[in-house]
Amino acid sequence: MSVPVYIPTALRQFTGGKSEINVEAKTAGEAIEQLTTQFSVLRKHLYNDQNALRSFVNVYVNDEDIRHQSGLQTLLVAGSTVTIVPSIAGGVVDE
Amino acid sequence: MVKGIAMITLNADHLKLIKEHGQKDYPHECCGFILGVLSQDGTKLTEEIYPIDNSREESAQHNRFLIDPKEFIKVENYARKNHLDVVGIYHSHPDHPAKPSQFDLDHAWPVYSYVIVSVQQGQAGDLLSWEMRPDRSGFEAENIKEI
Repeated sequence: MSVPVYIPTALRQFTGGKSEINVEAKTAGEAIEQLTTQFSVLRKHLYNDQNALRSFVNVYVNDEDIRHQSGLQTLLVAGSTVTIVPSIAGGVVDE
Repeated sequence: MVKGIAMITLNADHLKLIKEHGQKDYPHECCGFILGVLSQDGTKLTEEIYPIDNSREESAQHNRFLIDPKEFIKVENYARKNHLDVVGIYHSHPDHPAKPSQFDLDHAWPVYSYVIVSVQQGQAGDLLSWEMRPDRSGFEAENIKEI
């Protein structure tokens, strides 16, 4: 089924300026995979070297964090939306 | 998109708001969003400063800031409704220079402007803007055009 993935401003240069990309997917994980297959340069901003989503990348299905649902296995149904939500953090002290 | 040296426009009110927020929250770090329009040449045209509360636990607020993802969604929805985008993030560095730290880099996103105001002994000083290199290797200073 086709679902929209909403792209934050920070990543739109990698999606041809588009804020919404439709993908064919049954789960949140498939949606992100489809997205990074279409736009491979997105991978390094979404995944770390261990091929896991970066800790400051949040994926929401229908306005709820997939970490509070079934993670990347969260099922998509007709009308579902997937949103990539950046965690924004920073600070003065280096670790 | 033609990409030269990055630039963000800020007017006197925007600068005042960021500096005042830094002073108000001192000795803690302040943070907020910069809303505007991303032009074809990559320049960020600021329209609005959107201050938010630092979500870090109290003990870490002096040297860290965190923006709750739910807050991000709320701000993105607000921006979209007003035909704007999130084009940057600002935060303060209490008693430290207005330069990004490794921690800033580790958590940075491309394209966004990272505006940092140094607040020394409660007084806002240098205000600089930075943009992360696309390969995540570091930040480049970004020109601030005062309008």
